[in-house]
Amino acid sequence: MRKTTLNKIAFADENELLAVRQIVKKAAQSIGFGIVDQTRLVTAVSEISRNAFEYAGKGVMLLEQVEDKMETGLRVVITDQGPGIADIELAMTDGYTSGRGMGKGLSGAKRLADEFSIQSNADEGTEIAIIKWLS
Amino acid sequence: MQKIPILKIGPNLIVSLQFDIDDKTAINLQGELLREIARTGARGVLIELSALDMVDSFMGRMLSDISIMSMSMNAETVVVGMQPSVAITLVELGLTLKGIHTALNVEAGIDLLKTLQRGGKAIEKDNAE
Repeated sequence: MRKTTLNKIAFADENELLAVRQIVKKAAQSIGFGIVDQTRLVTAVSEISRNAFEYAGKGVMLLEQVEDKMETGLRVVITDQGPGIADIELAMTDGYTSGRGMGKGLSGAKRLADEFSIQSNADEGTEIAIIKWLS
Repeated sequence: MQKIPILKIGPNLIVSLQFDIDDKTAINLQGELLREIARTGARGVLIELSALDMVDSFMGRMLSDISIMSMSMNAETVVVGMQPSVAITLVELGLTLKGIHTALNVEAGIDLLKTLQRGGKAIEKDNAE
């Protein structure tokens, strides 16, 4: 898979979370995603970045254009240096929340993306990567 | 954080979200709406969000909370103007927006508020039962 970095931005407040969403939205528009896929991608990014913000206080979003054989897509990687997720399986359960959301964040983001991966270590932080392919 | 204007027309408070709002703005709006219900005795809240690109679980939670809180202050809440792409994504995300009344546009939303304020039931609720 060939990756081209489009943007990298740190976020540490609500306004910067908004900027993260807008950057992803613009990129999704410009590479030709339809409105529904744009919305899916931006919503997934919103869930994941808010999760990082809520538990770690800040994070970094890396946006890449990816190419694999005949396919083009966008890959978004969100990393934080927060407490990490002790039980990933539990955190991915629909309806589970230890915060102020509805417990749909990570499980919902996984459903909205085409590919989803999560790595987390206690006291080191969390990295979540998603890909949405142009179909 | 931005301040969202709250308009009072008749017995209703009307809010139009004209741009994607950040979390603080959303939380602030929630507080402002409840204060305005208390101050004016409004019986309905209409939230128009046709300009929103997305409603994530945080925003969904906020809409739900406004609806429940305003109900405890004798005011009904109706959300109107949701874009089809936003509605599709909401469902895929797994949000059901339980307890929230919805209508296609502002006009239908005002009609629905009238019905609710007369003690009537929303038509879609009757169908769901």
